[in-house]
Amino acid sequence: MSNQGKMDCGRRRLIVATAAVGGAGAVAALVPFVSSLLPSERAKAAGAPVEVDISKLEPGQMMTVEWRGKPVWIINRTKDMLETLPKLADAVADPKSDREQQPAYAKNDTRSIKPEIMVVVGICTHLGCSPSQKFKKGAEEGMGADWLGGFLCPCHGSTFDFAGRVYKAKPAPTNLEVPPHVYLADTRIMIGEDKKGA
Amino acid sequence: MAGGTYEKYKSDGSIGGNVLEWVDARFPATSMWKGHLSEYYAPKNFNFWYFFGSLALLVLVIQIVTGIFLVMHYKPDAALNANGVPVAFASVEYIMRDVPGGWLIRYMHSTGASAFFIVVYLHMFRGLLYGSYRKPRELTWLFGVGIFLVLMGEAFFGYLLPWGQMSFWGAQVIVNLFGAIPVIGNDLSILIRGDFVVGDATLNRFFSFHVIAFPLVLLGLVAAHVLALHETGSNNPDGVEIKALKDANGIPLDGIPFHPYYTVKDIVGVVVFLMAFSAVMFFAPEGGGYFLETPNFYPADPLKTPPHIAPVWYFTPYYSILRAMVWNFFGLDAKFWGVVAMGASVVIFAGLPWLDRSPVKSIRYRGPIYKTMLSIFVICFVILGYLGTLSPSPMGQIVSQVCTVFYFGFFLGMPWWSRMDKFKPVPDRVTFK
Repeated sequence: MSNQGKMDCGRRRLIVATAAVGGAGAVAALVPFVSSLLPSERAKAAGAPVEVDISKLEPGQMMTVEWRGKPVWIINRTKDMLETLPKLADAVADPKSDREQQPAYAKNDTRSIKPEIMVVVGICTHLGCSPSQKFKKGAEEGMGADWLGGFLCPCHGSTFDFAGRVYKAKPAPTNLEVPPHVYLADTRIMIGEDKKGA
Repeated sequence: MAGGTYEKYKSDGSIGGNVLEWVDARFPATSMWKGHLSEYYAPKNFNFWYFFGSLALLVLVIQIVTGIFLVMHYKPDAALNANGVPVAFASVEYIMRDVPGGWLIRYMHSTGASAFFIVVYLHMFRGLLYGSYRKPRELTWLFGVGIFLVLMGEAFFGYLLPWGQMSFWGAQVIVNLFGAIPVIGNDLSILIRGDFVVGDATLNRFFSFHVIAFPLVLLGLVAAHVLALHETGSNNPDGVEIKALKDANGIPLDGIPFHPYYTVKDIVGVVVFLMAFSAVMFFAPEGGGYFLETPNFYPADPLKTPPHIAPVWYFTPYYSILRAMVWNFFGLDAKFWGVVAMGASVVIFAGLPWLDRSPVKSIRYRGPIYKTMLSIFVICFVILGYLGTLSPSPMGQIVSQVCTVFYFGFFLGMPWWSRMDKFKPVPDRVTFK
């Protein structure tokens, strides 16, 4: 341009080097901003286990406790409810709980430690709504006539049985999650902790 | 246009004139005024559909002004107060009940949100009618699509702030959508929430995005949208370029100065709009449950989803498209494809300038194919929107799948069907009564 189009290569190299260093600095400056978006130390520490007394939970009843900001359901299943589980083996997507949605000690036919007591995170594995109770059999609660009881997610219509297993061809990809839990005594459960030592 | 080509202002000797001359020597005051208003020549045949651009600007101003005053009383805090109510929810109730005039400002803002989308949808439909996105206005259209995307983000963030049941569960569902992306999804949704669940961290950052980041970007895009439009000049209902024919002074034969002609015309639109706006604001501020949804009058409860959750009406067409995807492809969950389809249904508008291959711009000179396709598209959009407000049902799923196919068919088939139509000859000059 000014020098009849002759380029000062040394100066050009300095410009390129300056731009590269400046660019790297700008990218490095992003680090504190992006990392500030991650969960804080306080949020990470908030996952303390929760102790629950289930002595007043009658058969057929369900209670909800909060653990890590999520609802955890504890269901005292009646014999009638438990009898529906084997019948549904062909209707649910993962009858044997092969996908890791439960600790090893809950990978069984009832997805629980004690057959009647179900402990499960009440958050649909589709998009995180909390399913509603549809415990009555048949069409009484707006379900189909062949409904055996369980849960319906109000957001996108996924259905689950009394063991939190998702029905086939529903939006939710996996069964409901069974949280780590341990019996401190016959009617006291600690949610969020596995057996220690034993 | 603006900058350099206009003569600097010369004072007539009055004090005001001297001040203006002093300013104009140091700032492009008269050139901006002339370039964008008094000597910006717009086609003289603008009709009803051309109100919505200026109305969108009006609603933007309403939202910014009411927002500034709401922030003076609102508290983005998810902690429970002494009465066991989340502070954020209680602060909105406080605005509604105790702040003098607070209820009105809040209803202006909530009604304004829906009004914004009504106006913007009609503004976009105008573009479809008259081919406003066609060459040379592609960039104006792209800035517009950008505005639309930012507006959706702005509305989504804003809807969390009252911290009601619908706020909470709506955000829960939408943030979890990002979790459907393979590999990075889970970490990405944690990064968005700032916690493992939607909580105080989420509320605070959404507040920050809603009142600072997104409005700034929105204003920048609006400026770019208008500047790009004024560079090419406006399209019109006939879709002819008025700059092709100019008089001896270089002024388009079919152009009239934006000010005073269209500023005055737009005042009529503003008055009619404000009548409708006020009617909703004073007599039906909840918009029949569509503008403010009933579950949002209950404080957020992370343990209980309301029996029926649906997004606000302006998101429901895309939400229906999300729900319509129920098949797993290529080993990826239907959930992921739902997210992809939903994202594509919004972004695909950006492709219009290149998808449309018809030799004419305006629907006035297009044939039956375009009119049929556009009608089907609008009908499908409305049906999808309606279904998105309902609970999922097998019938609704099939209908929304059919509508989703037509929705994408409109865009993806356009390179072919837009060429096959019967066209009428386009006049040299605009038609004007």
